[in-house]
Amino acid sequence: MAWIDTVAIDDIDLEDVIRWDHGGHTYALYRTDDDAFFASDGLCTHEGVHLADGLLQGHLIECPKHNGRFDIRDGAPKRAPVCVALRTYPVRVAGGRIEIELPD
Amino acid sequence: MIDILAPLKFKPSRNYSLTGPERQKAFDDGLASAEWYQTPIDRKLLKDLMKRKDGPALRDTAIWLGLLIASGAGGVYFWGSWWAVPFFVVYGVLYGTSSDSRWHESLHGTPFKTDWMNNALYHLASFMQIWNPVIWRWSHMRHHTDTTVVGRDPEIGTMRPPQMILMALNIIGLTSVPRNLMILGRHALGRFTPDERDFTPENELPKARLAASIHLAIYAAVIAACIGWGTILPAMLIGLPRAYGVWFLLVIGLPQHAGLAEDVLDHRLNSRTIKLPLPVRFIYWNMNYHVEHHMFPMVPYHALPRLHEAIKHDCPKAKGLWATWTQLLPVMIRQVRDHRFYIQQELPPGAGAPKLGPRGLH
Repeated sequence: MAWIDTVAIDDIDLEDVIRWDHGGHTYALYRTDDDAFFASDGLCTHEGVHLADGLLQGHLIECPKHNGRFDIRDGAPKRAPVCVALRTYPVRVAGGRIEIELPD
Repeated sequence: MIDILAPLKFKPSRNYSLTGPERQKAFDDGLASAEWYQTPIDRKLLKDLMKRKDGPALRDTAIWLGLLIASGAGGVYFWGSWWAVPFFVVYGVLYGTSSDSRWHESLHGTPFKTDWMNNALYHLASFMQIWNPVIWRWSHMRHHTDTTVVGRDPEIGTMRPPQMILMALNIIGLTSVPRNLMILGRHALGRFTPDERDFTPENELPKARLAASIHLAIYAAVIAACIGWGTILPAMLIGLPRAYGVWFLLVIGLPQHAGLAEDVLDHRLNSRTIKLPLPVRFIYWNMNYHVEHHMFPMVPYHALPRLHEAIKHDCPKAKGLWATWTQLLPVMIRQVRDHRFYIQQELPPGAGAPKLGPRGLH
């Protein structure tokens, strides 16, 4: 496992999500309204739509295409049509930037 | 399965089944689960439009249910006299027409911020539409993935040629209501068609069977009440309004996709936004903004007029109801003999290039 630098914290608005691509993989980086950061795979497990175009409410990310929802803390599916959990990753803030821990 | 309505149907020009040859063609041509055109929109504005609130839907649902109760009570009070007719006309439209848009919006989970309210409204409205809430949820998800892609979309309402005789009969629900009840009966027996199995996950089917059984039990109780009391009044309040009140849904809802292109990857070409006055938009919960809804399904019904203003420069000019039907009806009649004819939506100058997909326009 390795910590990888992603973006500055100010690159993500409060209660919002952005797309971050790395090593041929796409991720979603989240900043909640209480200023906590989370990361997950970037594509919905239902139809592969980019979650960065979706809506973050509290700890729930809603897919922009079919309105399925995941809990960004553990990736658990919370609303149909999503049934398969989203993979999440540990994040930390260092020097005003977000780092994500990815498998080697 | 024997189709007793077959003599009333025109032969489809293509195989619209989800398990027939068109399914594989859709995959082969990259039309299944494809990326669709979206009008560029500022993220901050879109976030604001997507924002969920309980207030507007609580207000509108209270008005809707209040009007249903008031008109239903009027119908009961004047039952046996002609004075009951206007009350049941209102009740029927609020029941048979409005429940469609309530079903639809709550399925998407957008009207209420509090999700149990979405689910409660969804189950109520599904019951009123005589639709299995489980099967239709998955059917509609597919409709959004592959809108009017033949072989993939289970909700193509006007296949070519349009089934004009069935549509005429369905103005008062003559075929759709018995058909919906028979489908519920089939689901209650645990029987699902290959098409239903194509878009519904296997583990959802027991839930679908249970939902169908509950709905049918309620309808059986209504029929028992009619027999026991020797009057159809209970059915006039529960069940039959889906028949005598659905006519207005055909008027405002059928133009959503009718007469437009198939197999394209651009909702501006296969969906239609129409202009409606505020009272009708209340009945239809703004689903007349259909291009906007398909392009951005996360925007709640109450924000669709604002979304329309934000992206109308990129979309076909919306017509009124009369202008829509005077264009659409002759096209549908022509499609009975000319299956390839369709309405090519005109994009305004400066609009984004249409995303036609691999088959072009047809």
